[in-house]
Amino acid sequence: MLLVLPVELVLIEGKSKNMERARRVLEMKGITKQYFGNTVLNNVSIDLYPGEIHALVGENGAGKSTLMNILFGMPVIHSTGGFSGEVLIDGEKVELMSPAEAMQAGIGMVHQEFMLLPGFTITENIKLNREPTTKNALSRLFRSKSLDYLDVPTMRKDARAALDRLDLAIDEWAPVAGLPVGYMQFIEIAREIDKKEVRILVFDEPTAVLTETEADRLLESLRRLAADGIAILFITHRLDEVMAVANRITVLRDGETVARLNRDEAVVERIAELMVGRKVEKVELPPRAKEPSDEDIALTIDNLVVDMPGEMVRGLSLSVRRGEILGIGGLAGHGKLGIANGIMGLYPASGRVSKNGENIPLNSPEEALSRGLAFVSEDRRGVGLLLNEPIDRNIGVTAMQVQHKFLKSWPHFLPALRLEDRAELRAYAEDMIRKLDIRCLGPNQPVRSLSGGNQQKVCIAKALALEPEILFVSEPTRGIDVGAKRLVLDLLVRLNRDHNVTIIMTSSELGELRKVCDRVAIVYRGRLAGILPPDASDAEFGLMMAGRVGKEAV
Amino acid sequence: MTDKLKQTVEHIGIPRLMIAGFLAVIFVTAYITGMSVPQLLSDSLVRVGMNGILVLAMVPTISCGVGLNFGLPLGVLCGLVGGLISMERGFVGFPGFFAAIAFAVPLAVVVGYLYSVLLESVKGQEMMVGTYVGFSSVAVMCIFWLMAPFRNPELIWAIGGKGLRSTLTLGNYYGKVLNNFAVFEIFGIKISGGLIGFFLLFCLLVYLFFRTKLGIAMLTAGANPVFAKSAGIDVRRMKSVGIIASTVLAAIGIIVYAQSYGFLQLYMAPLMMAFPAIAAILIGGASLQRATILNVIIGTVLFQTLLTTALPVTSRVIQGDISEVARLIISNGMILYALTRSTGGK
Repeated sequence: MLLVLPVELVLIEGKSKNMERARRVLEMKGITKQYFGNTVLNNVSIDLYPGEIHALVGENGAGKSTLMNILFGMPVIHSTGGFSGEVLIDGEKVELMSPAEAMQAGIGMVHQEFMLLPGFTITENIKLNREPTTKNALSRLFRSKSLDYLDVPTMRKDARAALDRLDLAIDEWAPVAGLPVGYMQFIEIAREIDKKEVRILVFDEPTAVLTETEADRLLESLRRLAADGIAILFITHRLDEVMAVANRITVLRDGETVARLNRDEAVVERIAELMVGRKVEKVELPPRAKEPSDEDIALTIDNLVVDMPGEMVRGLSLSVRRGEILGIGGLAGHGKLGIANGIMGLYPASGRVSKNGENIPLNSPEEALSRGLAFVSEDRRGVGLLLNEPIDRNIGVTAMQVQHKFLKSWPHFLPALRLEDRAELRAYAEDMIRKLDIRCLGPNQPVRSLSGGNQQKVCIAKALALEPEILFVSEPTRGIDVGAKRLVLDLLVRLNRDHNVTIIMTSSELGELRKVCDRVAIVYRGRLAGILPPDASDAEFGLMMAGRVGKEAV
Repeated sequence: MTDKLKQTVEHIGIPRLMIAGFLAVIFVTAYITGMSVPQLLSDSLVRVGMNGILVLAMVPTISCGVGLNFGLPLGVLCGLVGGLISMERGFVGFPGFFAAIAFAVPLAVVVGYLYSVLLESVKGQEMMVGTYVGFSSVAVMCIFWLMAPFRNPELIWAIGGKGLRSTLTLGNYYGKVLNNFAVFEIFGIKISGGLIGFFLLFCLLVYLFFRTKLGIAMLTAGANPVFAKSAGIDVRRMKSVGIIASTVLAAIGIIVYAQSYGFLQLYMAPLMMAFPAIAAILIGGASLQRATILNVIIGTVLFQTLLTTALPVTSRVIQGDISEVARLIISNGMILYALTRSTGGK
C-alpha cells in the first residue's frame, strides 16, 4: 500500500477493509497486451482511490491509449487477441467487453475531441439518450418508452446541477454551436458527471485544445470533482498540470511502468527525464577530418512559426553547422516535429530560413527540395511512401519530379513529357537495395509488404536519390524493431561521415539522439529551450524539456 | 496445381470469369439456334472500337484521384460541337473527321479546365457532383442546339429553318470513314483496321503518357496526395490536367462513336453517355483509385460484346421483347456491382 493518499484515507484503510471510502475503486493488475507479436504493454499496474487524481504520463506510443482501451473494453482489444492481467472494480474482478459495459460499471470518459451535437442545446447534449421521460397516451398504448414525452424541466434541473458542480455559469438551454472551445470541454465533463453511477472519470488530454485560463479552470473543476469523491485518471503531456493537481503520478514508457511517484516526491525534471530518458552507452562514433563549428553554418532558421496542429512552432531560431548531426528533442506537443515539416513546406510556415545565406522560400516543398534539402517524414506510411507502388517507384519519384532524374533525355524542351528511364531507375534502386541492405524480393515489390525497418530504409533511399546537402529525419526509429533501429541509426551516421550530409534528426527518444548527435537542441513550447552536448547529464536534459532553464536561456 | 489455379482465378477476377463464361454460353446458344457467329463477332468488334475511347477517358480521372468521370457528357458535348462545325464548314471524308477533332479538342481543353475548377471546390464529392454537371450541361446544350447559328440546311430543321435537328446523318460527311478503312476478314469475321487501330493507337498514347514525368506525377498525386505534395508535385494542377485529358478523350471518343454509328445525336442523347463507359472500365477490373489500359481493353471487350450479342440471342431464344429489359438490368446491375467494390471488382 502506497502512502500517498490523504492521511485519513490511509488510516481508514488500515483499520478496516469493510469501510467503503478507502476501498480502491479501480485496480488494473499486471496488464500485458500484444499487437501482432509486438508487446505494447508489459505488466502494467495502476490503481485508483475514491477522491484521488492519478496522473498517467508518457510520450506518444508509451501505451497510455492502449491501457485506456483495455479499461473501456474497446472492441479493438478483443479483436486482436485480448490481454492478460486483470481489472478489478471495487475489489471485484470484472471483464469489460464493450464501452457500454464499462459505462455501467461506473467508468466515464472525457474525450480529447468533443462528442457534442452542435445544433442541440447544452441540456440536450448532457442528457442525450438518458433523458427522463413522462408517459403519454401513445406510449402507454404501445408500451414503448421511446414514445414518452421528454421531461424537460427535470432535464434542465439535472443539467443545471451538473453545470453548477463545475461552477459554470452558463444558460443550460443555450445551443452548443458557437460556444467557445473551453465551454465545450466543460459540457463534456458535465455530461459524464451527470451520470449518477460514474465513480471513475478518465480525462484524456483534456487541456490539449484549451487556452491557459481555460486549462486552469479545468484543473480547478478536477479538484472539485475529486473532492466529491470521484476517482480521476488524468492523462496528459503537460507536466506542470500534473504537478498542480495530481495526488499520484504513474510514468509509462515503451509499455512499461517506469515509475510511480507521490505528489511530494515528484519534481517536473524527474518526470520528464523518466518519460524520455534512457541510460545509453555512449558509442564511439567515427571521427571526421574536420569537426563542424559555428564558423561554417549550413542552415539558419530565424523566428520560424509553423502551424502544425499539435506540434506548433512559435518563433524558433536555430543555426545548423555544416556537416553535423543535430538532434532535436523535446516532449511531445512542444513543436519539435513541426520544424522539419514547416521548412519542407508541408505545413503553413512563416519566418526566415536560409541555406548558405540564400533564402529558402517557405510553404513550397518544391523550392525546399530543389535547394538541396530532403526530408524523411515521421509519418512513414501516410506521407513517406506510396504503399501500393513498387520500391523503385518510391525511391525515384521525388528525384524524378524535382531534378528530372531517371528520365530519358528527349524531348529537351519539354521535360514534362519525357519518358521514364526504367532501366536507370531499376539499376539505381537495386544499388540502393544493396547499399542500405533493404530486405525485399526485388525492386518490383510493393512497399506495403515490407517490414517497418525496411520501409524506413526505402524512405531514406528516396531522400538520398535527391543527393541532399541537408537531410531532415523525423522519428527515424519509430515503430520499427530493435535490430532495425540500430541499422537505421548506423546508416545515418555513415551518410554523415562518408557523404558529408548535414543531418537534422528529430526524435522522441532522447537516448538515440544522444547516441548519434553532435549537439541536441531541446524545444519547449514551440521555441528553442537550449542546446546541449550529447553527454550532458540526464538531469540537464530533464530540466530543459520541462522548460525550467529554457525561459532564461532564450 | 490447385494453388496455381486459385492464383490465376484471383488474378483475373471472378466477375470477369463469370462474364466471360456467360459470353461463352451466349455464343454456344447462338451457334445452336443457327445464328451467324462470325457476324456477331464482327458486330461486337465494331462496338468495341466505337466505345473504346470513351472508356479510355475514365483512366486520367481515376489516376489523378478524382475517381470516375461522371461528367463525361461535358466532353461528349464538346465533341458534338466540333463535329457540327466540321459539317457546317462542309468538310467531307477523313478531312471532315479530323477537322471535327481539331475543332473539338481546344473547346474540350477549355471546358475541362473550367470543370476542374468546379470539382476542386467540391473535393471528395467529385463523382456525385460530376453526375449532375453532366445532366445539367446536356439540358443547357438543348437550348444551345436550338439557338446555334448553323446555316447548313442539312443540319437544321427542314420546316421553319431554325435550330438543329435531333439526329444528323453523317453519310455525306465523315460517316464510317474509320469503319471502312483497312477492312479485312479472318475466318469470316470482318475487322475494321481503321476503327480498331484508332482505338489501340489512343490506348498506346495514354499508356505512354503515364510513363512520362507528367503522367507519373499524376499517378503519384492520385495514389497519395500528401506524398505528392512532399515530392513537390502540385496536386491541384495534376487533377486539372487529368480532368482536361479525360474531357478531351471524351470529345474524340464521341466523334469516333458518331462516325461509326453514322449519325450525330443531339439533345438528350448524351445524357447517359457516362454510364456504359463507367460500367466497362469497372468490369475490366479498375477500381476507383486505379485503372490501367488493360482494364480498359478487357472491360470494353467484355461489356460491349455482351451487349451486342445478348440482345439478338435472347430475343431469338425467348421470342419476346424482354431483351431490352434484360440489357438494362445487366448493364446497370454491373455498374451497381462494380461501384460497391472500391477495390476493383475482385
